[in-house]
Amino acid sequence: MPFSTQLPASGEPYVLVVSLDNARHLSSLLRAVHFQDHATCFATANGLRVTVEDAKCIQANAFIQAEIFQEFTVEEESVTFRINLSVLLDCLTIFGTSSLPGTSTALRMCYRGYGYPLMLFLEEGGVVTVCKINTQEPDELLDFDFCSTKVVNKIILQSEGLREAFAELDMTSEVLQITMSPDKPYFRLSTFGNAGSAHLDYPKDSDLMEAFHCNQTQTNRYKISLLKPSTKALALSCKVSIRTDAQGFLSLQYMIRNEDGQICFVEYYCCPDEDITEAEL
Amino acid sequence: MRFRAKIVDLACLNHFSRVINTIAKLAKTCTLRLTVSKLYFILSDKVANGGVSMWCELCQGNFFDEYQMEGAATEHNEIYLELVPENLSRALKTAQSAKAVKMKLTNKHYPCLRVAVELPSLSSSSRIVTHDIPVGVIPRRLWNDFREPSVPDFDVSIYLPVLKTMKSIVERMKNLSNSIVIEANLSGEMNLKIETDLVSVTTHFKDLGNPPWASEDGCPSSAPDRDLESMAEARIDIRKLQQLLAGQQVNPTKALCNIVSKRIVHFILLHEDVSLQYFIPALA
Repeated sequence: MPFSTQLPASGEPYVLVVSLDNARHLSSLLRAVHFQDHATCFATANGLRVTVEDAKCIQANAFIQAEIFQEFTVEEESVTFRINLSVLLDCLTIFGTSSLPGTSTALRMCYRGYGYPLMLFLEEGGVVTVCKINTQEPDELLDFDFCSTKVVNKIILQSEGLREAFAELDMTSEVLQITMSPDKPYFRLSTFGNAGSAHLDYPKDSDLMEAFHCNQTQTNRYKISLLKPSTKALALSCKVSIRTDAQGFLSLQYMIRNEDGQICFVEYYCCPDEDITEAEL
Repeated sequence: MRFRAKIVDLACLNHFSRVINTIAKLAKTCTLRLTVSKLYFILSDKVANGGVSMWCELCQGNFFDEYQMEGAATEHNEIYLELVPENLSRALKTAQSAKAVKMKLTNKHYPCLRVAVELPSLSSSSRIVTHDIPVGVIPRRLWNDFREPSVPDFDVSIYLPVLKTMKSIVERMKNLSNSIVIEANLSGEMNLKIETDLVSVTTHFKDLGNPPWASEDGCPSSAPDRDLESMAEARIDIRKLQQLLAGQQVNPTKALCNIVSKRIVHFILLHEDVSLQYFIPALA
């Protein structure tokens, strides 16, 4: 991958400056999309979006809107760079991941633009850590073109209902099959592993079901290894929306409440493994 | 050559176990030196250890209720044994609620340190779990290999930051680089730095304090006219530092390090009844 030669850290003015009193507001969200080493960061006046992709068929996005930050300044219309997410996370959590109540790591992130490294200034308990992480040319990202007009089926579930199911997915199954239908079984997760098939049904009138808008019976299969990382986002979230379009593309949107009660979103998009649209199940 | 010892007090036993656990994390094999008043766990700086050396000293009176030893000869009333501290650590794991632990040097088929743990039992007879830990007896002609290392002629001596904080930072830095630079000055400032093609990270500690070493004859001290702001630094293997920090189960009473620029970092961790010195050489 092209590696832009890094210019010295001083010189040009910053194009991106953000401050955050509690770095965990950022690090926990980034962990929820950390299934590859590299991520593309995209900043606009609205906030920060961090995108991770794999195998050209799965994409995860973490959105942290500008209001979450104590300071969020973007000098250009948009600022984009690619960065090693594993390294970024190690830096954001340099003082450790578990924290005594009342202590938090304060963060300031600065970027001078194309060719410059990302600078992080972290402080906890009077100790200051300065990180300089090299950035790279942003990759071209997949466009799933998933807009609300193309959605065929949509449900919104309380995350607690799905957490156990996702944590215990039979990983010997190559696929996770998702069935959504206006008729029974309404919403079904299926795996086909070494020990046999497993089906988990959620009736549409279940307490966990916040919204149910299924117009057509759809059964789609997704590579389980690609979807498994979404479990991290599910674990953090309070609600999840599950949507599919006519091609069987899947959108999972997770609503995450941080320690201060502010809302952020993480979404996962996934291509279907095989396209099976059946009348019978 | 004889050695017999017994611990009855549970607090002493747990304390002793913690010390052994720390040693086990720092050395796969080490030398146990027994004298009338002290026990020493020694690792001498061989290439196989990556040049790291360790000197840990305990007063037997602070741990053992009974302690008898007799060296090979009266003028040299000491015993030097080679052992795997992890074996001793495992044996002591069974002693967490023991009534007593007895240790004895035996030589039935081969030299062993026999650790007998007496466990509480409902019946009148006790339950005893015995561990035979193989040891190597080190002959007197090799004892010179295990002399106490002298405090080096350091450039800077400084108290360490809170070990828990230092441990978190070094653990994260270990993911990013194989080597770490420790630098410090006589104004109580210390920096931990890593630098690779991909990332550089520096952590700054302030107001740590510099220990006052008495500058008498024979006692080392840094040059009296050393510039207070000038940093002494050494680049060391980050895993060795992480092992030292990870092995600390209790906060020491005093923790400091002496830096000989580009040569060696000498760590001293003092607890009430245990002192641990650990030397990590600088990388080429």
